Amino acid sequence: MKPFDYVRPATVTEAVAAAAQPGAVFLAAGTNLLDLMKGGISRPDRLVDVTRLDGLDQIETLADGSLRIGALVRNADLAHDADFARSYPAVAEALLSGASAQLRNAATVGGNLLQRTRCAYFYDTASRCNKRAPGSGCDALQGENRGHAVLGWSESCIATHPSDFCVPLVALDAIVEIEGRGGRREVTLDELHRLPGDAPERETVLEPGDLIVAVRLPPAARGFAAHARYLKVRERTSYAFAVVSAAAALRIENGRIAQARLALGGVAAKPWRARAAEDVLKGVAPTADAFQEAALRALEGAKPSGDNAFKIELARRIVVRALTLAAAGTPARIPALPASPFASTSGALHV
Amino acid sequence: MNHSISLTVNGARRDFVLDDPRVTLLDLLRERLHLTGTKKGCDRGQCGACTILVDGKRINSCLALAISHDGADILTIEGLARGDQLHPVQAAFIAHDGFQCGFCTPGQIMSAIGMIREGQAGNDPERVRECMSGNLCRCGAYVGIVDAVLEAQGQMDETNQRRSA
Repeated sequence: MKPFDYVRPATVTEAVAAAAQPGAVFLAAGTNLLDLMKGGISRPDRLVDVTRLDGLDQIETLADGSLRIGALVRNADLAHDADFARSYPAVAEALLSGASAQLRNAATVGGNLLQRTRCAYFYDTASRCNKRAPGSGCDALQGENRGHAVLGWSESCIATHPSDFCVPLVALDAIVEIEGRGGRREVTLDELHRLPGDAPERETVLEPGDLIVAVRLPPAARGFAAHARYLKVRERTSYAFAVVSAAAALRIENGRIAQARLALGGVAAKPWRARAAEDVLKGVAPTADAFQEAALRALEGAKPSGDNAFKIELARRIVVRALTLAAAGTPARIPALPASPFASTSGALHV
Repeated sequence: MNHSISLTVNGARRDFVLDDPRVTLLDLLRERLHLTGTKKGCDRGQCGACTILVDGKRINSCLALAISHDGADILTIEGLARGDQLHPVQAAFIAHDGFQCGFCTPGQIMSAIGMIREGQAGNDPERVRECMSGNLCRCGAYVGIVDAVLEAQGQMDETNQRRSA
């Protein structure tokens, strides 16, 4: 690991100033960053430790009914917060389907949003990678790419965003609060992550020094609690990244879908909100035909970036299944055991 | 630049001067305190062999910078037994053949203790498997591990009930 300077600022303002210097990065839990540094993928000159900053580890309900989650709240603490899991069950399910219990105990909300792709060519410093070394090329294009993107990719980069947490968050219109050199601002989570285009090294809209201080769920996000699921297909039962995942949330009134929210994971360089699919579900009955139509809309424009055409059909089926499970209702026990098609028991425990 | 930190390790306060901020909790335990029970398997957060409890919660010590954990309370495999009296999870691993080569065992045991404290698995083997998925065992002793964890959890529950009664 390359040597680095370590600083522990006392205030958010100091942290922003310290991290705005070239070569500086924020350190929270470090569960992704240290891995990247050990592999030589990230080579920062300075680590700005934000773990001791005051006030960033709170979960609070605001006067308007929004929920504000501090950036330093640990993934496990959020998922196991009973009020949170009851109000935003798909988010709790997504959190618990990610990584391992040890990693979830350490990893933070802000860090989860900013984790890097697990593309093997990004991780292998002997490979060409436009994200790691801009302009060097992309070895994934002609490599082992069955897990790579089918939506929003470019010839420069076909990597996917690995987060589970972000998938239901983007479906629920989450907002990201940012403290930067110019003060406080906010963007939607959908706006935070960029598609690769010809600059895959620019993964987010964050500027040097920008610190995510909180994620906010707007009041309407609670309205889906009765019909919300996160479904994740992995290549083993647990502790694996998604091949494809989907967050589905419905508001059902008088037998019809008053409002639908849908997002996909594992398919693009960002959590993929499927608004066209949501539109076709509005006002219709929650039927298999309606869900099939939504699945077709959700994958409109999808194309293989390599040996991964199967992911398009898989994603459609996962959309149908996630919507079907959401329509059936959120399970009584939340968080449910995270989803896996390979579990030894089926039915209520696993989806 | 040197950085001073202090940790509580298995109940004893330990002070350190770090001349390099790159030291992980794992390397500090093994190289500075010679507590080699905590194992370095992958060193990248994938195998769980380095699992310890920090402030009561299980984490991967290979992905935790020591300098960032100043003041933390750490429990390792060496801090479990009381003389010859094994911790219930240690005893249950022996009783149920929860290991073969033993390399992953300290991490499995620390993870199991963390899992039991988290209280999310109940008596359901499926949930135990899910909650222990961050600990790999290449000998494949998983069946014995799950049995051991379930038995130890039951014993610890009983002990707690007796204490509170």
